Amino acid sequence: MKKRTLLAGLMAATLGLPALADGHEPVKVGFIYVGPIGDGGWTYEHHQGLLAVEEHFGDKVETVFQESVPEGADSERAMTQMALQGADIIFTTSFGYMDPTINVAGKFPDVKFEHATGYKRADNVSTYSARFYEGRAVQGHIAGRMTETNKIGYIASFPIPEVIRGINASYIHAKKANPDVEMSVIWVYTWFDPAKEADAAKALIDNGVDVVLQHTDSTAPQAAAAEAGVISFGQASDMAEYAPLPRVSSIIDNWAPYYIARVQAVMDGTWESTDTWDGIAPGMVEIGEITDAVPADVKAEALALRDAIASGEYHTFTGPLNKQDGSAWLADGETADDGTLAGMGFYVEGITGEIPN
Amino acid sequence: MRLEKRPTPSKVWSWATPVLAVLATMVAGGLLFGALGTDPVLAIRTIFWEPLFGEFAFYYRGQLLVKAGPLILIAIGLSLGFRAGIWNIGAEGQYIMGAICGAAVGLAFYPLEIRWLIFPLIVISGALGGFLWAMIPGILRTRFNTNEILVSLLLVYVAEQILAWMALGPLRNPEGAGFPGSRNLAQYSATSNQELIAGWGLHWGVVAALIAVIFAYILLSRHILGLNIRLAGEAPRAARFAGVNPERLVLLCLGISGALAGLAGLFEVTGPSAQIGIDFNVGYGFTAIIVAFLGRLHPIGVLMAGLLMALTYIGGEAAQASLGLPAAAIQAFQGMLLFFLLAFDVLTNFRVKFGALGAA
Repeated sequence: MKKRTLLAGLMAATLGLPALADGHEPVKVGFIYVGPIGDGGWTYEHHQGLLAVEEHFGDKVETVFQESVPEGADSERAMTQMALQGADIIFTTSFGYMDPTINVAGKFPDVKFEHATGYKRADNVSTYSARFYEGRAVQGHIAGRMTETNKIGYIASFPIPEVIRGINASYIHAKKANPDVEMSVIWVYTWFDPAKEADAAKALIDNGVDVVLQHTDSTAPQAAAAEAGVISFGQASDMAEYAPLPRVSSIIDNWAPYYIARVQAVMDGTWESTDTWDGIAPGMVEIGEITDAVPADVKAEALALRDAIASGEYHTFTGPLNKQDGSAWLADGETADDGTLAGMGFYVEGITGEIPN
Repeated sequence: MRLEKRPTPSKVWSWATPVLAVLATMVAGGLLFGALGTDPVLAIRTIFWEPLFGEFAFYYRGQLLVKAGPLILIAIGLSLGFRAGIWNIGAEGQYIMGAICGAAVGLAFYPLEIRWLIFPLIVISGALGGFLWAMIPGILRTRFNTNEILVSLLLVYVAEQILAWMALGPLRNPEGAGFPGSRNLAQYSATSNQELIAGWGLHWGVVAALIAVIFAYILLSRHILGLNIRLAGEAPRAARFAGVNPERLVLLCLGISGALAGLAGLFEVTGPSAQIGIDFNVGYGFTAIIVAFLGRLHPIGVLMAGLLMALTYIGGEAAQASLGLPAAAIQAFQGMLLFFLLAFDVLTNFRVKFGALGAA
């Protein structure tokens, strides 16, 4: 290790490689992505976070990333590789990296790990996620008001709590805005597969759906919606290239402030294992511009809903709410606790179909 | 310039083409990486040299075995069938079913700690799962003369659906907070398939692959069944006259390749991958087809081809991480390998002649 530091210092001195004035090596920041950085959605936004880290810290950081890393054994190798190559902090940005992250973290106690959307932590493993469901509520409201066929559709990836929360949040607020609304859900079992996502969108549209929501990462459903002349929402990223129609609004995951804060903590030596779950208020979840395709009154309602959530005056899951089987869940005015939300495995009353099991 | 068919495939060329294909892939890949703004020599060096002799070779060498193990194990089985003209394209499905069966049996015993009983039992279950899944195209072919290429391939998609169902339903970890995926089989000591020597990457699946190579070698060179396989592939009519029962051969070849693919799945799910999840399979069953052909359907060739393929994976990942090459460029690079192999294979079966027709 000593030899390497010395060598690196020598190289930096002779070749002018990035090194700090005081002789410290830059903090090396690694990212493991589940999709390609050009997916236009989930991975794209994480990569925007990486770029923001680079811009913020300049030559005080060195970043590396690996894209399209399959969840499972291959991701464990990708992480190990980064740790071996001297990464100080590694962000693993998909749920399926959970066990591999914990395994690799055990082997590299000096490297900090940050796992997105999981629930397993260790001394050197933090978890972080965003309250996407808050954004879903706003989308649901717009969807309920905009549908003419009273049928809205939802392209769902995997039946995990995060996705189920999004479905419930959308449905609850669509229903509030339009009591006649019906929602159909299609499970595609992938985060990123443009062909499958497009097929799902077409199947929904063929069944009379005129508003398509998606919890997958590609823009393929946007293209399908554009072709059929129905409405859609940008997912994970703004997907502004499909505005003003079919994309009338979007949920944007803004990871940049979090990433910058965590890298700063590593530099300062103040990094600690934490569990972060931020929503609209701190800006981790943003509502993309609501286009003019949406009538002004609907837009105003949607923005009011967003602001109420941000101020904490309204909670997305506020009773009275029943579970799908009709049993009571939340009493009038009661709000859901984070524990229930984190493990949500049921639909709320009114959604048809079953969660695959 | 024209091509003239050789009376028999050239022995020399059949071994020279894989080498040529690798060299051509390096050149063409280098051009591709250069066009992407990466130093081509550095990129090729990172892919082929770093994992073996670079700074972190101590880690990569073990990972090479982890990656090559399932590829070799599956490809050995496939190569036997391919030699006899029996095309099992669905090893990916047999791999999945082996993993599911083995994992299900193992988890049925959870949390009992009787490794001496449970581990052999799940190994047998894994092989049996793959074997039975391969028997579907086998019996359909021998009974109803269906095409085993289509049936075995389509059964991959059926197996993937069963995998998703298992991960979400029957095998889901009851303590997993509602998330899909089974319990961690590598952390359950009765089923755990860890490295036998720390850092070597040598788990039971790699051992099984090496044993399979040896057995296949002996089978093909010394055993009557190996002779029948070769005969059936090279001269089907002669094989019939020699008393080879084609139906039995179909079932045997599909059965062996299915069982080996199932074993590969079992060793993967109890070791490197550690759990039954929706995305458990990552294409070993399909890549093994390339490995089988790259290795000329010969056991030793398959062994080397499996290691080479693993090297492009491991080195490719290293190039992504350290040089920032896009994942798609690495996949294109691997695709070139098969492309060049098939292209150069023309030389095995044809002679290149220069000059006008009839002049020779």
